[in-house]
Amino acid sequence: MATEAHGEETGGLVFHPLDQFIVKPLFGGEGPIHWYTITNVTLWLALAVLAIIALFIFGTRGRAVVPSRSQSVAEVLYGFTYKMVEDVAGKDAVKFFPYIFTLFMFILVSNYLGLLPMSFATTSHIAVTAVLALAVFLTVTIVGFVKNGVGFLSLFWVSSAPLVLRPILAIIELISYFVRPVSHSIRLGGNIMAGHAVMKVFAGFAAIAAVSPIAVLSITAIYGLEMLVAGVQAYVFTILTVVYLKDALHPAH
Amino acid sequence: MEGDIAQLGQFIGAGLAGIGSGAAAIGVGHVAGNFLAGALRNPSAAGGQTATLFIGIAFAEALGIFSFLIALLLMFAV
Repeated sequence: MATEAHGEETGGLVFHPLDQFIVKPLFGGEGPIHWYTITNVTLWLALAVLAIIALFIFGTRGRAVVPSRSQSVAEVLYGFTYKMVEDVAGKDAVKFFPYIFTLFMFILVSNYLGLLPMSFATTSHIAVTAVLALAVFLTVTIVGFVKNGVGFLSLFWVSSAPLVLRPILAIIELISYFVRPVSHSIRLGGNIMAGHAVMKVFAGFAAIAAVSPIAVLSITAIYGLEMLVAGVQAYVFTILTVVYLKDALHPAH
Repeated sequence: MEGDIAQLGQFIGAGLAGIGSGAAAIGVGHVAGNFLAGALRNPSAAGGQTATLFIGIAFAEALGIFSFLIALLLMFAV
């Protein structure tokens, strides 16, 4: 993505709608970005982690019978995820609950922090979501082989289908298995990026006096939609993780 | 009028990729509409199926997002 603001050539937009996703170093101006450079992505990823830690440490420290507001938020999130893991993947998946809960909280908090004005939407970058999705993919594959041995391959051998169809179905299942991390990461990253880009497009229209009231109202409406999308996408990412985990634990069709 | 035929193809391709968004909208509408139709027939069973609803919506929506991504790639990366 180009680093300079393309003002004139995009026809009236003061800023480019994708400029918000540019990774910049926090200190030392425009320098080269190495793996150790502290950028705005680093800052907002760290803030997401700190926010989660703060919520769970300060929220649950009182251990009150009648919970405070932050304690109820923590309890509701915990209970919601726990029930989801138990319902979808069964009792034996509960030992993976800490990982799934971490994923859910990280994505949820990152999505909502990205919605703050002037903040940076970390989950809009495929680099961030691809690491999360690849970690899920590797975990699920390793768990599948450790739990079931070679029997994990029966995931690709659909025993309920007619014998002639099974090799063809095996190829299709194999492809769909390896496309999982791609679709898993792009679904989250693309949704967040698309939403934020749409908001910036309407923000560009707000500079034109004739349509600015409509544009401002539209931003408000789209912001509301994005609040919903942020939660739903975190939920979808988590529940797909749980579904993949269920496949790994019980591969038989 | 500047630019060459490659740029023309790039812009037309990006515009055509927008059709994918509309198709994804049809797909998501199908999933949600059929869920609602089923849920109104048997409301007691609807609560347990919301996870399936969201998974179906996610699968349908992901393909629309792919088309958006292809439009972006055509506009900025090619």
